[in-house]
Amino acid sequence: MFDQTVVNMIGTGIKDTLYMTLASTFFGYVFGLPFGIVLYVTRKDGLRPNRFIYFVGDAICNIVRSVPFLILLILLIPFTRFLVGKSYGSSATVVPLVICAVPYIARVVEASLHEVDAGVIEAAKAMGAGKLQIIWKVLLVEARVSLLNGAVITTGILLGYSAMSGTVGGGGLGDIAVRYGYYRWQTDIMAVTVVLLIVIFQLIQNAGSRMVGWIDHRKR
Amino acid sequence: MSEIEIKNLTKTFEVKGQTVTALDHISFRVEKGDIFGIIGMSGAGKSTLVRSINFLEKPTEGQVLIGGTDLGSLSEKELRRERRKIGMIFQDFHLLEQKNVLDNIGFSLEIEGKKKRAARERARELLQLVHLEEKEKAYPSQLSGGQKQRVAIARALAANPDILLCDEATSALDPQTTESILLLLKEINEKFGITIVIITHQMSVVTRICNKVAVIDSGVLVEEGLVQKIFESPKSDAAKELIFERKIRHTPLRRLDAARTIRIVFQENPAYEPVISNVILKAQTPVNILKADTKNIGGKAVGEMVLGLPEGQNIQERIIADLRKSGLIVTEVSVDV
Repeated sequence: MFDQTVVNMIGTGIKDTLYMTLASTFFGYVFGLPFGIVLYVTRKDGLRPNRFIYFVGDAICNIVRSVPFLILLILLIPFTRFLVGKSYGSSATVVPLVICAVPYIARVVEASLHEVDAGVIEAAKAMGAGKLQIIWKVLLVEARVSLLNGAVITTGILLGYSAMSGTVGGGGLGDIAVRYGYYRWQTDIMAVTVVLLIVIFQLIQNAGSRMVGWIDHRKR
Repeated sequence: MSEIEIKNLTKTFEVKGQTVTALDHISFRVEKGDIFGIIGMSGAGKSTLVRSINFLEKPTEGQVLIGGTDLGSLSEKELRRERRKIGMIFQDFHLLEQKNVLDNIGFSLEIEGKKKRAARERARELLQLVHLEEKEKAYPSQLSGGQKQRVAIARALAANPDILLCDEATSALDPQTTESILLLLKEINEKFGITIVIITHQMSVVTRICNKVAVIDSGVLVEEGLVQKIFESPKSDAAKELIFERKIRHTPLRRLDAARTIRIVFQENPAYEPVISNVILKAQTPVNILKADTKNIGGKAVGEMVLGLPEGQNIQERIIADLRKSGLIVTEVSVDV
């Protein structure tokens, strides 16, 4: 039903989509995880409350998160061009995706860490643990299921956003869906890309749930 | 030098702009090898007090000396090292849910920077001590409450502490499990000479294993001393309430209109004599036994009885005098204690 070019194009689209999603999740966590830890540690009831740092971090989070992704994408074009050398294509899309993901991830991480029972932290303190030890050996270990669940949700959202970036030449399945499905009325290609996005989303979700099952020791 | 010395400890909190005094100039000493009970109703300030002993709560005023070292004078790092000498267990166990039993016990050693293998080896030793050898690979969610507390005790002992703090350690457990945990604590105290401080609201815990007790009421230390002494003749209202365990308040016996209620405490010797019968025979009038109980305090059987005396000032005084003459300790009790 499709000729070879279309098949190749969709193949590249899948690769690009996976690349954008996974790369932005990875770099999102490289910056977002420490950011989230800082938010948790400096908040009022945290390990080392610091009003100023929390206020600034909190404000950055809220500001970036209130800008709609499409607008962020356009606003960041100069910055993207500076970093990657061009403002279109999948590598260029990773930049705004990461910027959009970092504050979101920071919030998710902060919330996950906050779920750790305060009593366990107190017990660690009573054993003579320092703050860094509490973060590494207690918080990140005890919150790991919640952290992983957050990462799966984040990956799903970034998959959606990567498709959205197709409207401004981002590459990947979203790009194909917009160019062929929307501008050229080729409903069949549109349908295939949507189905593929659903399948990829399912795969991410299933892999995540399975990993959670492996690492969670709380259930009997 | 005392193992623990609390000097003039005061702790205040700011709650909605108002200053609340949780602990008010508390002083006491715990000697090496003591099992020291701190008892009080909920909200009395016991938890704040025990958290002050390892400086999880920093006192507003006063000092905490551990083996002569003033905790307030230590740097953050020195304080952390000092805390390793003080183990702690909690009402809700506070185990790491994502680590197995062995790694939970080895955790405090891991914090000290010991190798994982050495930590596991020590953990196995301790598992034997708390009789849970077969559970080393289990996760906390697979254990019962009593088993969790045993793991917590093993964890607290891993770093060879001099002191073990127990914050309501048996309050979440059923009576049988409580008994077995208390026995384990006693065994640890005798075997290793570890000084134990027990926070509780249950007098039965204190009489079961403590040798000394401090009674805390609304942040104030109202009574302190040997358990036997305080059990025999409690002076403060708080101590009386705790000893009577509010049983009197709930029993239907309260409706019996005793003109005057007294509590008598007797030790082994008089326990063999029919003291009450003698009193009744002599006074030619019945007395009501409202409550009777025997407790093992520090290895000695101590009996306790609450009597309702008949009308008549004269006869009441005569009965009381007779009881005292037989070597019993008599205290007045208001029925609504």
